[in-house]
Amino acid sequence: MKTAKAGARPPAARISSDAAFQYLLRLGDDRLVLGHRLSEWCGHGPILEEDIALTNIALDLIGQANLFLELAGRAEGKGRDQDALAYFREAVDYRNLLLVELPKGDFAFTIARQLAFSVYSFLQFEALVKSTNEDLAGIAAKAAKEAKYHVRHSADWLIKLGDGTDESHERAQRAVDEIWRYTGEMFVADDVDRAAVAIGLGVDPSTLGDPWRGHLDDVLKRATLIVPEVKFMQRGGRTGNHTEHLGHILSEMQIVARSFPTGGW
Amino acid sequence: MTSDNQWPLWEVFVAAGNGAPHEHVGSLHAVDAEQALQNARDVYARRNEGVSIWVVPSSAITASTPDDVGSFFDPANDKVYRHPQFYKVPRGVRGV
Repeated sequence: MKTAKAGARPPAARISSDAAFQYLLRLGDDRLVLGHRLSEWCGHGPILEEDIALTNIALDLIGQANLFLELAGRAEGKGRDQDALAYFREAVDYRNLLLVELPKGDFAFTIARQLAFSVYSFLQFEALVKSTNEDLAGIAAKAAKEAKYHVRHSADWLIKLGDGTDESHERAQRAVDEIWRYTGEMFVADDVDRAAVAIGLGVDPSTLGDPWRGHLDDVLKRATLIVPEVKFMQRGGRTGNHTEHLGHILSEMQIVARSFPTGGW
Repeated sequence: MTSDNQWPLWEVFVAAGNGAPHEHVGSLHAVDAEQALQNARDVYARRNEGVSIWVVPSSAITASTPDDVGSFFDPANDKVYRHPQFYKVPRGVRGV
């Protein structure tokens, strides 16, 4: 490991507080963790065609994460590349949304989560195309096309499940109810976001909430599903306060790289 | 097939480039046309294979049967004059 870590310091101080690094880390971590979650469907999809579709989306997300983490490593300036960031950080150093680390659940849960994240992601990319960081703007332009397809795919599925059989409707509604309290975190702007906006790098997430909600309302209506009323939104991922699930997924994802640190593939 | 619980079958045609013909690449299961199109994209066009996809319900295709082979195709074996290359073109009309 290239960086020394002092265990006694609070989690937030353990990695660079540089806003650009933090902002890019968030972009990368969301997609790395969700991509890994989706890859858990590989070989377990409800039908062969959907198995391939989900793993395609997983690969898109991991590809995006690869690019964002590479940029993050450069912004940090301590010689860490995307592999060092992906495989040699602890859960408290991850900056992903709680939403993306939740277990894959049933197919309805995976689809509801995917729709919520993909719409958010597409709106982010649409705005990030205007970033003053040319690398980031370029990645966003390419990734927006991927996200647009992810939205189309998951929206189509949620409508089919919601407006399907009694059981698929019930499961789809339960999935939407379960994810809803994790969606608020996407639109909370904190100091990192404000600093990223100030330097022309990032987008203010609070501006994405209304268009996101408009899109979700439309899909849920067509799916004959009810928008849940949630009084309290969960948050914490952006500051390293994760659910117990992140540690498990990271241990699985990181074990090979940590067991063979100099291994090449 | 009443005992078949599979979703309807669709045939997939992909055009490799603008203006290229849509060629049959395979088949898949899907509940409707939109899903068939998405599945075709994921199964048959995820490696940059094409710029356009057609999906057609397999049930809409009428196919010749092996029994037809003799009467359909054998008579063509000895009729090379049905190929345009069979005819010599006079020099005077070259380039017409």
